[in-house]
Amino acid sequence: MNLTLKIWRQKGPKDKGKIVDYKVNDISEHMSFLEMMDVLNEQLINSGEDPVAFDHDCREGICGSCSMFINGRAHGPAEGTTTCQLHMRSFSDGDTIYIEPFRANAFPVIKDLVVDRSAFERIQQAGGYISVNTSGNTQDANAIPIPKEDADMAMDAATCIGCGACVATCKNASAMLFVGAKISQYALLPQGRVEAEKRAKNMVAQMDAEGFGNCTNTGACEVECPKGISLSNIARMNREFLTANLKK
Amino acid sequence: MSEKTTLTSSSIGRKVVMALSALFLILFLLLHFSVNFTSIFSEDVFNVASEFMGTNWIVQFIMQPILILGVLVHFIMGFYLEIKNRSSRQVKYAQYNGASNSSWMSRNMIITGIVILLFLGLHFLDFWVPEMKYKYIEGGTDATRYYEELVHEFSNPWRVLVYCLSFVFLALHLLHGFQSSFQSMGWNHPKYTPIVKRLGDIYSIVIPLGFISIALFHFFISN
Repeated sequence: MNLTLKIWRQKGPKDKGKIVDYKVNDISEHMSFLEMMDVLNEQLINSGEDPVAFDHDCREGICGSCSMFINGRAHGPAEGTTTCQLHMRSFSDGDTIYIEPFRANAFPVIKDLVVDRSAFERIQQAGGYISVNTSGNTQDANAIPIPKEDADMAMDAATCIGCGACVATCKNASAMLFVGAKISQYALLPQGRVEAEKRAKNMVAQMDAEGFGNCTNTGACEVECPKGISLSNIARMNREFLTANLKK
Repeated sequence: MSEKTTLTSSSIGRKVVMALSALFLILFLLLHFSVNFTSIFSEDVFNVASEFMGTNWIVQFIMQPILILGVLVHFIMGFYLEIKNRSSRQVKYAQYNGASNSSWMSRNMIITGIVILLFLGLHFLDFWVPEMKYKYIEGGTDATRYYEELVHEFSNPWRVLVYCLSFVFLALHLLHGFQSSFQSMGWNHPKYTPIVKRLGDIYSIVIPLGFISIALFHFFISN
C-alpha cells in the first residue's frame, strides 16, 4: 500500500517543531507500524535526511517504550495494542496517517516523536515499591495466604507497562490511571499494606508536582491502555488517598 | 518513606470537592423537582409546599445559604480545574479523536456546565429575585402567590423554550456527572457500580424530562 505520513518533526526540546509530509510506497499489510517507520527512515537516510527519532525497544508489546499518537489515538486505531504490535493491515492503501508524540507538559518532547517520560520514574520513586528487610529472615511471600481474587486484581494492575498512553489520550493529560495501577498493585496485597497510606500520599503528591492534569472520569485512558488497566484502580487510589488523609 | 501532601491542595482533594458538591446538588434537584411536580396536580399543595420552603427559617437561613455555597463551590472549582486541565497540555495535537474512546458528555462538562450556569442566572432573575424583593423588601405575605407566579412565568413561549433547552443540557451534564461523582469519591464496586450507573442514567433522564413536562404543562394547559 502507498501512504502519506504527516509526522511531527522537532529538532530538539527548544525547537518549535512542525508537521512534515512524507510518502512511503509498497508497504506490506503484514508489517508492524514500527517496521513501516523503519522503511521511511531508510528512505530518509538514503536521501541524506535526518531520520525520524522514535522510541522502541522490545517490539513485542511489553517494554512500554513505543509512544506514538497515531490518527488522533494513543498507539493508533487498534485497542489493547502498543504501537509496535499495531500492524499495517489496520490501514488502507492511499491513507493519510498523522503521527505525533505523546503530548503533555509533563512529557516534554526530546526530539521528533521521542518524549521524556521520566516523570513516571519519579512518581515510582516516591512510593511505588515495598521496603524489604533483607536481613536473611525475610518471609517467603508464598507463605502468606492471599485470596485468589485479590491476587488477580493486583496482577492485573501490575501489568501496567508505564507507556504513558493514558496521559497521552486523556483530554486533561492526567496520569491517574498509571498512578492508580501502581498504588493498587501494592494496596491489594498484605506486603504492600504496611506502607499503603504513605505510598498513596507520596505518589499523588509527586504526580501533582510533575504537572499532570486532573482526572474527569472520561474513561478514555481505560479504552486506550494497551494492557486494559481498569478505571477501578483510579477509584481505589482515591479511596486509599482519602482514607490516608482522613486518618492523619 | 516520608509524607508530603495534604488533602486540600491535592488533585484528588479537588475531585472530592467537585464530587461532594455535585452529590449535594443532585439531592437538592430531587427536592426541587418534588415540590414543582405538585403544581401539576394541585394548586393548593404546591402553594403550601412553597410557603413552607419560603418561610421556614431552617430552609431560608441555613439550607438556602448552604445551597448557594454549594452552587458557587461547584462552579468555581469546575472552572479552576478546567483551566488547570487545559494548561496541562500546552502544545495541542493536530489530530485528536476523542469520540473514539469517550462520550461527548464526559468531554464537554464545561460547555453543559456553562449553559446550566447561564440558566441559573435567568432562573434567579425569574423567580428568586422577585421572591426576595416581595418577601423581604415589600413585606408581602400572600401565601397563594406561588402558583400564579409559576403559571405566569410559563406563559411566555420563549422562556419555556429556553427552560426546556436548558434542561436538555442539564440531562447531558448529569449523564456523566452522576456516576462520575461516585467514581471520584472512590465508590467503585463490581456489584454496585453498574447499579449506580443505571440509577444515574434514569435520574439524568427522568428529572430533566419531569422539569420539561412541568414547563410545558403550564404553558399549554394552565395558560
